[in-house]
Amino acid sequence: MTQVVQETFSPSPPAPEPGKRDWLKYFSFTTDHKIIGIQYLVTSFVFYLVGGFLATLVRTELATPESDFVSREVYNGLFTVHATVMIFLWIVPAATGAFGNYLLPLLIGARDMAFPKLNAVAFWMIPPAGALLLASFFFGAPASGWTSYPPLSLMVNKVGEAIWIMSLLILGTSSILGAVNFLVTILMMRAPGMTLNRMPLFCWAMLATSALILISTPVLAGALILLGFDLLVGTAFFNPTGGGDPVVYQHMFWFYSHPAVYIMILPVFGLISEILPVHSRKPIFGYKAIAYSSFAISFLGLIVWAHHMFTSGTPPWLRMFFMINTMIIAVPTGIKVFSWLATIWGGKLRLTSAMLFAMGFVSMFVIGGISGVMVAAVPFDIHVHDTYFIVAHLHYVLFGGSVFGLYAGIYHWFPKMFGRMMNEKLGQLHFVLNFIGFNLAFMPMHKLGLEGMNRRVAEYDPKFATLNLVCTIGTYILASSTIPFLINVVWSWTKGEKAPSNPWQGLTFEWMTTSPPPAENFAVDPVFTIGAYEYGTEEAREAIAAGPVLAMAPSASHG
Amino acid sequence: MNIPSSITTLVIGVLLTLISLWFGQHHGLLPVEASEEAPLIDGLFNLMMTIGIGLFIIVQGTLVYAGFKFRRQPDDDTDGPPIEGNIPLEILWTAIPAVIVLGLAVYSFDVYSTIGGLDPMGHGMAHKVPSHQTAALPGAAIAAPLPETPEAIASQTVAQAEALDSPASTPSMNMGDEMVIQAQGLQYAWIFTYPDSGVVSGELHVPVGRPIKLEISAADVLHAFWVPEFRLKQDAIPGTPTELRFTPKKMGDYPVICAELCGPYHGAMKTRVIAESPEDFTAWIDSQTVATNTVPDQAIALSAAEKSPEQFLAPYVSDLGVTAEALHTIQPPHLHAH
Repeated sequence: MTQVVQETFSPSPPAPEPGKRDWLKYFSFTTDHKIIGIQYLVTSFVFYLVGGFLATLVRTELATPESDFVSREVYNGLFTVHATVMIFLWIVPAATGAFGNYLLPLLIGARDMAFPKLNAVAFWMIPPAGALLLASFFFGAPASGWTSYPPLSLMVNKVGEAIWIMSLLILGTSSILGAVNFLVTILMMRAPGMTLNRMPLFCWAMLATSALILISTPVLAGALILLGFDLLVGTAFFNPTGGGDPVVYQHMFWFYSHPAVYIMILPVFGLISEILPVHSRKPIFGYKAIAYSSFAISFLGLIVWAHHMFTSGTPPWLRMFFMINTMIIAVPTGIKVFSWLATIWGGKLRLTSAMLFAMGFVSMFVIGGISGVMVAAVPFDIHVHDTYFIVAHLHYVLFGGSVFGLYAGIYHWFPKMFGRMMNEKLGQLHFVLNFIGFNLAFMPMHKLGLEGMNRRVAEYDPKFATLNLVCTIGTYILASSTIPFLINVVWSWTKGEKAPSNPWQGLTFEWMTTSPPPAENFAVDPVFTIGAYEYGTEEAREAIAAGPVLAMAPSASHG
Repeated sequence: MNIPSSITTLVIGVLLTLISLWFGQHHGLLPVEASEEAPLIDGLFNLMMTIGIGLFIIVQGTLVYAGFKFRRQPDDDTDGPPIEGNIPLEILWTAIPAVIVLGLAVYSFDVYSTIGGLDPMGHGMAHKVPSHQTAALPGAAIAAPLPETPEAIASQTVAQAEALDSPASTPSMNMGDEMVIQAQGLQYAWIFTYPDSGVVSGELHVPVGRPIKLEISAADVLHAFWVPEFRLKQDAIPGTPTELRFTPKKMGDYPVICAELCGPYHGAMKTRVIAESPEDFTAWIDSQTVATNTVPDQAIALSAAEKSPEQFLAPYVSDLGVTAEALHTIQPPHLHAH
């Protein structure tokens, strides 16, 4: 590919002129990984808006110390469904389903996923499961928190609880099917010459994520099925009145749900490792350290679950075991953060919207990481467990981390996905509102928790009123930041400036084909010739100047 | 501006250390330390805060500095230097965090051990506490400090009577001894039972300086006993007794909060812990005992109407903050009815 320097390309399969009914393909049982990826992205974003709406209702209730906006029962349903939607219908499907499906075949030079039909099945399980979950509001929404600890979960809103279990079982199955597909695709379908150690880092992240999903999700399914039996048939696996042990449920639940945090953040680490080098015009710093630290995090993530249970009567020696494991995770995570900083350092930063969100990700995620080490320390966690300090911590990881990273990914790959550029001014406005709103909403929660505000409450001590009002105002700003983003997407998708094949001068395979890529991604079979991150070299300049060589018919590319 | 970069680095490093050290001690994020355990836990938090603030400034400083310093110039389309890594640097930023977290783990272990978390006698969650408090529980038994009808107090007397056959209602106040108090969580209240005296109360009274062992149980769903000023929390688990040990240090009135979601009124499940001087505590126990059991042989005569005004009003005296003498002068009309 390097000998082609002149820009006289004629993209061989000219992108089929979008027909009148073209949009219908996004509602079809298609096996094209790119369309499935976009289906995942749009579906999960719709659920993100739903979850955000629920969060706004929660914060409206908490604007004043009294329980005065919705009834207490409805309030508990609001935060339960908010968390469930955000985790299982937004971040997991967006981070793995959307970016995993869209990017993996393009990054490794494959024409599709290993099991395209399985891929479509996995996606089409999500809309009904999501609709099911939201329908629970008509029957009394599940109201025992997203953790659904028995015995409470066996006592309140049983219909809603049963719907919640059913919905999560479907979503878990979808997630497992996706993970099988990712693993096989990455391991079996890489372009010639692309050894594991030459893969783009997002592939490493997805490898580690898929392994986690396959190991941990079946345990959640087991816990949910047993909980369902307790709920519907009256067994006593977890119900203490029949001799069951509610703490066993907590172990099974967190055996999945702690790794779930890494399922939600590892793919985003991968996205950030792709985005920072492109917009810094520098190679990623410490490729192998970043690649292997994903696996260290993935492995350690499996043996830390009981740090959610330091006050559940866990034996002291076990608390120490889980504390030390949890703290050690800071090391591979720190390696990534420092490597990203070193990648930026001395580069030629292009502060595009994607880059702003990627740098915002590093900035916000570090706060969640620092508070994460703090809550790992058993004596301190005993004070802050189940308080707003935890609420702050988890939102810095999952919003400041995952959601900032997902936005970075959307801004970065939107031109590739839809062949149109996004508006930079609106993107910057989105970033600023998002950044300010997020920090106003969640930074004060650290102090609230330390001073004694417990979580999952509809009313609180009036001495916390001021900071809570600040949090609520921050939430409204955060919610309003979505408006410029939505305008930007709709406007850019329909009327935006046509995107070139390689608007950011990237080096991975997806930038060597047209925007959007043709039906099977490449007209020629890609061969690995240049590293994904070799910015600053002569080869990189030539490869970028060559244009969409992988979309050109073989004769044309040597013409 | 020809300041050597090593000097700049040194100055930044010193400033960073000073700011971190100062902030670690002056963040003002924690409430008052009211137990012997609290200063240890706060010491751990302050150290983590010191390190955390240092790391925070390094990362945010790097990002902001890079955002200005390394921003692409409008006419510059070239790439940055092709630096792919630096092994010594990578070893450094692997080793330093590793040493820090191992140090924090050892320190946390030490604090945890000092506050009694590893005490082999202190972890017997599974079998130690017979669940007799379940029997003592039924709803009406919340003692005097909550507004109650005299009838309820009287009926409570029956339950308590046999437990109080000796005047040992004043617990022996050997300050070294651990005092056992049973705490039961139920939707949506805490019930505290003092086995030594048989007192049952809706709020927790503890003498400062005396080690307390709280035997925690739950009647219905999960709850969690939390006193932010003590920095301590323990779940109450139905079917599995748990316990929490602490020594109140500072006199005061602190909230007891349920920290585990327990239903729609979870946020309203609150009471108080009153840490008071041993003398006040003894007086409180006495007043509670009087409230439930004036004189042992009168415990059979339950009718409130048969009590003298002093006997009848005694439980309320401490709450109202009036003396018995003052009560004499009031002579409420209904007491004259008989």
